[in-house]
Parts: sequence; structure tokens; C-alpha cells
Amino acid sequence: MRDSFIKALTQLAAADPMVTLITGDLGFGVLTDFAKRFPNQFINAGVAEQHMTGLACGMALEGHKVYTYSIGNFTTLRCLEQIRNDVCYHNCDVTVVSVGGGFSYGQLGVSHFATEDLAILRTLPNMKVVAPSDPWETSILTHQMAELNGPKYLRLDKGKAGLPEDPNSVQFGKARTIREGKDITLIAIGAILSEALSAATTLELEGFDPRVVVFNTAKPLDQDTILKAARETKGIVIVEEHIKIGGLASAIAECCMTNEVHPKAFRSIGVEDSFPTIVGDQDYLRKVYKLDAKSILEAAREILKN
Amino acid sequence: MKKYSGRNTIDTEWLAAKVRRHVVDMTHRGKSSHVGSGLSICDIMAVLYGKVMQLDSSNPTASDRDRFILSKGHAGAAVYATLAECGYFSTEQLKLHYQNGSVFSGHVSHKGVPGVELSTGSLGHGLNVGCGMALAAKKQCKSHHTYVLLSDGECDEGSNWEAILFAAHHQLDNLCVAVDYNKIQSLAPVADTIGLEPFLDKWVSFGWHTQNIDGHNHLELSNAFENARQIKEKPSVVICNTTKGKGVSFMENSVLWHYRSPQGEEYQAAVSELDITLSRWEN
Repeated sequence: MRDSFIKALTQLAAADPMVTLITGDLGFGVLTDFAKRFPNQFINAGVAEQHMTGLACGMALEGHKVYTYSIGNFTTLRCLEQIRNDVCYHNCDVTVVSVGGGFSYGQLGVSHFATEDLAILRTLPNMKVVAPSDPWETSILTHQMAELNGPKYLRLDKGKAGLPEDPNSVQFGKARTIREGKDITLIAIGAILSEALSAATTLELEGFDPRVVVFNTAKPLDQDTILKAARETKGIVIVEEHIKIGGLASAIAECCMTNEVHPKAFRSIGVEDSFPTIVGDQDYLRKVYKLDAKSILEAAREILKN
Repeated sequence: MKKYSGRNTIDTEWLAAKVRRHVVDMTHRGKSSHVGSGLSICDIMAVLYGKVMQLDSSNPTASDRDRFILSKGHAGAAVYATLAECGYFSTEQLKLHYQNGSVFSGHVSHKGVPGVELSTGSLGHGLNVGCGMALAAKKQCKSHHTYVLLSDGECDEGSNWEAILFAAHHQLDNLCVAVDYNKIQSLAPVADTIGLEPFLDKWVSFGWHTQNIDGHNHLELSNAFENARQIKEKPSVVICNTTKGKGVSFMENSVLWHYRSPQGEEYQAAVSELDITLSRWEN
């Protein structure tokens, strides 16, 4: 996803000299070509994320379309107040890009697990929150987001869902139904969609008709798709590589309650309210923390047997 | 001359005296804190807005205007008062400061207030944004300058030092910092809290052009800011040695008036002192 983002950003930068990329001293090898090609549109702010974000605000107030770039929580939590007070309150055209959503950097330890970002970022007024599920989708969303003014957050995953390209199906702010179905709705955000797809395949073999929906945008939320799933299927299972508190599942629950459309069953598959203390690759940690296809399947079967 | 009608046409001493009077009135009416912090910067504000900066109050978003950021947002009353006296909006509106339903928040906010470039209040934000504005001006080949007013206590914030490194590295000679060095922070003197000395040397070692002046002397202020505009390839800092609570004798150099609001006899006494100064311009 990272490479797709940079490729898309390169196209945007070539077309518009106000497109500016600021890194917090990360992106070795990845940003080199961009920096060489657009020296006037590239800044390394150093290992200084608060400064990077304030700088981005100042440049955006002067008309630049700024992207801040770093790993995991460095572009988000480290400089959260700069995002809130400087970028969001002033409604600046700044896209905060985090490379390594969820357990992407699973071996690097808890400092590098981005597992609270969706919850925290979506509470900020003016902020839009996007998490693509595939590299090709990243490219499309990067272009679509560039058309929108104001603060944006782009969460990039190391993994990918692995779906074939279907450019016309991708729209910022709209959930994408990958498989129509009437029995149960499996909802995912980000590359962990792969686990939902795998669970759906098994359910299909077991004779069920699961619906699979992916959200590329956690805010604004595609309410219609949620309410439709709540009305039309026997339950909703939401999977996210994120803490259970405040993420997509919370957003969906809020949506259902607010609209008084109550799903017949509701299961949230996410990280429990504790810090992971072991490391491992993304697939391994998904299994350990019960975010994998097996866990989704168990939740779905439980709903379907009732 | 009292009326603001463009650059170099205002008596900055008069402007500072008027702003001081407003700051005391506003913190009295709002029963609000930070009167000492506001009084500390009135001369800096008056010289910047009355003399140094290229501004047009009838066109507050003109692209070639100089930019000013109050990073010590708690002194917002002084900014609102300065802008009002310079014609950005009516001085009548200052009565809304701190009131229910008002856009004139205790910490300076840009929403609905013409002339305010940046909302602050949490310390250690303004200089980073100022760097962005200055760098953008360079990239866009614009010749205006960006001014950021920091407090001394605010220099405890590490984010400032990130910006101080960055500005020197990028040779932001269109960026000028004024530090309101009144040597008193929220709870105690700076020296007893987190000492900044040798303060000037720190800026020198970070690669900045430095000037150390009396922050209440308008000639020194205007000379320093004009010098700063001529400096090439370095950002400039003007360390303004100031007195917290300047202009009201019993508020001067007192930690108490960081938070205490002027009420009752104290308010009357403060107003009497400031009105004596203002009477110089009557008739």
C-alpha cells in the first residue's frame, strides 16, 4: 500500500506544485525518487513529529496541500494535539499518512502497533478517516482524497486483502459490498478484509449465504450500508485490526442505535482492552489475538445457529 | 496621530497605552486571568502592528501581508485589543471577550475574528506553524515576513526547540521570533521553575541571529525588528526583556497577576494609573 500511495502521490505532485510531502525522517528507499524528482515539494522535518504537523498546518494555511508521513503512531498519537488544534481546528488541507496500520510491524513491539488510531482520529472534528484494504484501492483513494479539502487520515497497511482490481467500485466514504448475501454480514476495514473473505468462503461451503462488506472510510460513515445489513441479515460481524473500543465496530453500533435499527446480532472482532506483550508477524498476531478467519467464523456460526 | 490608516502612521506609545487599558478592562469584565501576561506584551504588539509589520486592516487576508502568530495564546486579550485599535473590528466588540456566546475566547482564536492568523492556547504550537508559513512564503517567492511571539515559560515546550532547529537549518530569514522574557511563569519565576539561562546563547548556538533588548522601549523594539528584516540566511530572535504586568505598578513583577483578575478597588487603581498615561494624548 505504501508504494501505491507514493506512486499516486507522485502523479499528484507532478500535476500540482502545491502538493508537498513532509516526512518525519522515515521512508528509507521509498521516498527517494519522490525527493529527487520534486525537491521543492519534499521536506524531511527530522525526527520531530510535533514540528512536522505544525509545519504542515502553516504551509497548508498558505495554500499547500500537505502530506505528513511516518510509521505507526508517530504521525498520529505523538502529535495528536497538533493534529487537533492546528490542522483540524483550522481545517487545513493536511493528509496525515501512517504507514503500518494495526500489527503491520508486528515484530517491532507495542510502540509500533497502530491499534487505537481509527478511534482517536475519528473523534476529531473535520477529520476524515480512511483505511484501504488493497494497494490498488490505496491508489484510487489517494486520488479521490486529493479532491477533498481539509484534514484527512490515511492508514496504510503492510498486508493486503488480495482482491482483483475493480476501480469503479471504490468510492471514498462508501462501503463496498464484495459479496451479496442474505444470511449474515461480515464487515471489515483495511487489509484484514482477507480474513473476512476467508471466513465467508468457509461459510459458503457450509451452505450459508454471507454478505461481505469492506469499509474504506471510517469517517464519514456509510450509514445506509450498515442499516441495510442490520435490516436484511441475521447479524453483523465486524473485524478490525484495532482495539475494540471506539473503532469501526463502535461507529457501527452508534449508527445502529442512533437510527434505531437494531441488528439481530452483533459481534465485534478486535483487540481486547490490553497491550499485546508478544511480537510476531501480522498473520501470527491476528491468530493470537483472535482477529483471524477462525475467530470470525466462530462468531458467525454462533449467530447463524440461533 | 491616533487613527490607524496604514504603515508608519500610528503613535505606537499611544497604541500600547490603549491596548493596556483594554487588557485591564477585558480581564476585569471577564473576571479572567492573564492580565499580567497581556500587559507584558503591549509594547511589542504596538510596535509590530503600529510600525513594523506590513498590514492593511481593510484587507486582513491580503496575500502580501506580514503574518503574526501569538504563540502564548493566553495573552489573547492584547491581540484582540491591538486588532480592534488598528481597525480590524470595532473596540465595542472587545466587551464580548470571555462572555457567553462570544467568539473572543480567553486564548486567542481565529474563528470569526478578522486579523487573527492562528488560534493558540496550548503552548508550543505557534513557532512550528510559523515555520510552515515562512517556508511556504519562500517556496512561493513571496517577500512578506512571519512574526511569532513566544512566552519565556513556553520555551519549556520541546516542540519549540524542534522548530528552532528546523528554522536555522532551512535559513528562514523571513521568520522573526519575539520572546516575551518577563521571567515569571505560571507558578513561580522562570529561574526557579526551569531555568532558561544562558538563554541568548542557546539561540546563538542553534544558529539564530539574536538581539537582546528592552521589550518596553519602542525605539529598541522597532530598531530590532527592522534589523531582523535585513538579516539574510538566518532566522531572527528578539529577546524582549519585559516586566510582567507592565504599566500597573502593583501588578508588575508579580506571579499573583498571572491568574488574578482585576476587580473592585484593584481594578479602579489599575485604571487610574493607565488613564494617567493615556491623558498624555488628550487634547
